[in-house]
Amino acid sequence: MNYTPIIGIEVHIEFATKSKMFCGCPADHFGRKPNTITCPVCLGLPGALPVPNKKAVEWTILLGLALGCTINEESKFDRKHYFYPDLPKGYQISQYDQPLCSNGRLGNIHIQRVHLEEDTGKLQYVDGMTLVDFNRSGVPLVEIVTEPDFRSVEEVDIFVKKLQQIVRYLGISGADMEKGSMRIEPSVSLRATAKQSLPNYRVEIKNINSFKFARRAIEYEIERQTEMLERGKTPIQQTRGFVETKGMTVAQREKEEAHDYRYFPEPDIPPMRWEQLTINNLQLTIPELPDEKKKRFIQAYGLSDYDATQLIETRERANFFEDAVSLGEPKTVANIIINRNVLMKEELRGFLKKVETVSEDELQQIITQVLAENGKAVEDYKSGKEQALMFLVGQVVRQTKGKGDAQGISAIIKRLIV
Amino acid sequence: MNIQKLTIISTLEGFRTKQFTAVDLVQECLANIKKYNDDYHVLLTVVNEDALLTEAKEIDKTDYSLPLSGIPIVLKDLFTTDGLRTTAGSKVLDSYTPVYDATVVRKLKEAGAIIIGKANEDAWGHGSSGENTDYTPTKNPYDPSRVPGGSSSGSAVAVALGMCLVSTGTDTGSSVRLPAAFCNLVGLKPTYGRVSRYGIIAMASSFDTIGHLTKTVYDNALICEVTAGKDAFDATTADIPVPKYTAHLAKTLHGVKVGIPKEYFETKGMDPRISDLTRKAISALQTLGAQITDVSLPHTNVAMECYYVLVPSEVSSNLARFDGVRYGNGRDTFGAEAKRRIMIGTYALSSGYYDAYYNTASKVRTLVKKDFDDAFDRVDVIVAPSSPTLPFKIGEKSYDPLAMYLSDIFMCPVNIAGIPALNVPCGFIDGLPVGIQLIGPQWSEEKLFQTGNAYELHTNHRD
Repeated sequence: MNYTPIIGIEVHIEFATKSKMFCGCPADHFGRKPNTITCPVCLGLPGALPVPNKKAVEWTILLGLALGCTINEESKFDRKHYFYPDLPKGYQISQYDQPLCSNGRLGNIHIQRVHLEEDTGKLQYVDGMTLVDFNRSGVPLVEIVTEPDFRSVEEVDIFVKKLQQIVRYLGISGADMEKGSMRIEPSVSLRATAKQSLPNYRVEIKNINSFKFARRAIEYEIERQTEMLERGKTPIQQTRGFVETKGMTVAQREKEEAHDYRYFPEPDIPPMRWEQLTINNLQLTIPELPDEKKKRFIQAYGLSDYDATQLIETRERANFFEDAVSLGEPKTVANIIINRNVLMKEELRGFLKKVETVSEDELQQIITQVLAENGKAVEDYKSGKEQALMFLVGQVVRQTKGKGDAQGISAIIKRLIV
Repeated sequence: MNIQKLTIISTLEGFRTKQFTAVDLVQECLANIKKYNDDYHVLLTVVNEDALLTEAKEIDKTDYSLPLSGIPIVLKDLFTTDGLRTTAGSKVLDSYTPVYDATVVRKLKEAGAIIIGKANEDAWGHGSSGENTDYTPTKNPYDPSRVPGGSSSGSAVAVALGMCLVSTGTDTGSSVRLPAAFCNLVGLKPTYGRVSRYGIIAMASSFDTIGHLTKTVYDNALICEVTAGKDAFDATTADIPVPKYTAHLAKTLHGVKVGIPKEYFETKGMDPRISDLTRKAISALQTLGAQITDVSLPHTNVAMECYYVLVPSEVSSNLARFDGVRYGNGRDTFGAEAKRRIMIGTYALSSGYYDAYYNTASKVRTLVKKDFDDAFDRVDVIVAPSSPTLPFKIGEKSYDPLAMYLSDIFMCPVNIAGIPALNVPCGFIDGLPVGIQLIGPQWSEEKLFQTGNAYELHTNHRD
């Protein structure tokens, strides 16, 4: 039988605010000595009280607006209770039934909600001891929850990368998966392709810290569940953890063991009320987002879809392009920025001079040809032989009769091969 | 000098006219602690004697210009004090020394007060008698076989026995006013959000208020001037200016409309002698010029049910942080009352029960608030008995939690509504003190102090 994956995701992103969510400690915790940015509030000491970070609340609304959400005029924080040694209050301040933002959309994917909460501390296992580092405790964390609208791992991949790009455009987070400032939790189930209704189970996957692992985890889960279904078994509702070293998921918690979080309104923080005017003003501060920018680049500068996509990859690159476009022909400027990864005007001018002897289009054509003719060298390079790359560069240089620089050519080759 | 006769004002006058020094006063407090603490179990921690005398000496070098220069104060043990053990009256925190001061503690220190020690209390503030302490229960100075009222039990007795001049307490359901009533003191429960809760170990966060106990209304108003106000560390404090309460303490009550809630006098178990004494107090207010009107608070009969769903819910959440990982003691260290409230609260918040309990009680809370709003459309102040009974015998209600909960029946509705109330002594029955409660709308502390002051000057139950 054929199965269709039904996937929804939760994405957590740490905000790059100056201070933490509910206290004045710095939020920038990455790489710091353990327990050096803490205070009574983020340590959850008796008597300490949370005071919400206004910037973090505004940034959540900003993200909600960028994702086409409705901003709820009335919103509040709630306490979510569970026991874990990295959670010093015994509850996390989060949002339950009145999130700041709901009902958004990114591409074809519906966004259920965008809400604000606090991050937890971190456990470290050293010499048989479990140590707690509270530097991360109380860092503002925004959670984006999608509807189960994804039907393939590719769709998830496109969505999370786009979300990361938007967040970076808004300047509200580095959204760096390696640093843990962006985290993905997919929920995966399968349904018989012929059916319409959603499956009656859902497997949630935790501990994923790279796009690559997110893909692998979902793929593994699809394989695992397909195999079960084909044996006539229904996978059970559970939470599974991704084990990087094995590239597989393992069961963590069954449905019966699910937490009862005992949510109730956080009495230490008065409810929030948002005037339409305030929301409108926030809307005005949203910069041009990647999709609009791409459209405009294609129209205004006559660029290809590919070139425009490459240019808008980061806000910095797009801004540099617009800043420098007057120095030459837009297509040429775009090619140099993309192929040579140039972000300085001086450097760009240098390349533009060389282009007078061999055009970027011409160069790209030659390279494509050389790669096509030297399949063995390409394979060698793919399997890790650096000398193969030098060989390919040499071939190109010969074809261009010494024009074009080796470094630039090598960058283009690498991009085309990978 | 006799500390029992001193108020803040007469003390500052005594310092300034060199009749006695802060050192003398601290020594007097220490002498009373030595004399009474072992029998009455008032203080859980006393600050080191040398440190206290050094601090007093420093103050004696000044011209006593601060509002509380050299005033010895005792703090309820829910007040977090930097470097000074803070137990919340619970063995769970037996060895806990905080690393910061509560906002109110900082303000009191800055105002020149000398912190003498930390007072015994019902553990975590859970109780009306002081018997729920994890240490030894405090005794009533008017009859040591009886309770002093709780949960700020040690705070009240410390003032009554001259271990300090004033003390702080917290009031979540009655915990400042009831011990004030049972120990012949003035006790304020301020408007929710008037005084910062930052650094006060939380009992039920949407009910907790930070009050204090004094011998006179004037002293009480003076302390409130120090402690009240917006705090950047407590998001629930209001940015409303703090009046200079002591500046306008009236002596007459002309034009003041006083409401008498009929439901409070119809309560089962009400001691008729207390009803009589309360009526006498009401006539005194009338003599002072107040107009007396009947008012109705129709949801009084369900207020306790509402209180005992919402408060344990918040308690169960607030005590979750004492999870055995930090602070040195496990959850099995909690006393019976804390365990009871954790279980009730956890149950009320559980999925499937939340709507029936927490949600329903929240709706009742709105109704109780509305009762008061409606009454305050017609009157300025509501006057009611503080307690339906006299201070009861130690052990009398210990095995009947429901009977114990009903000691607060006239007080809990005030916390449900978040409004202020002041206990003022109104006389004695069989040698035991009785108090009346003045209740006002939000932010009406000034009116309560004015009314209380006029009544106090007229009756003078302390002499």
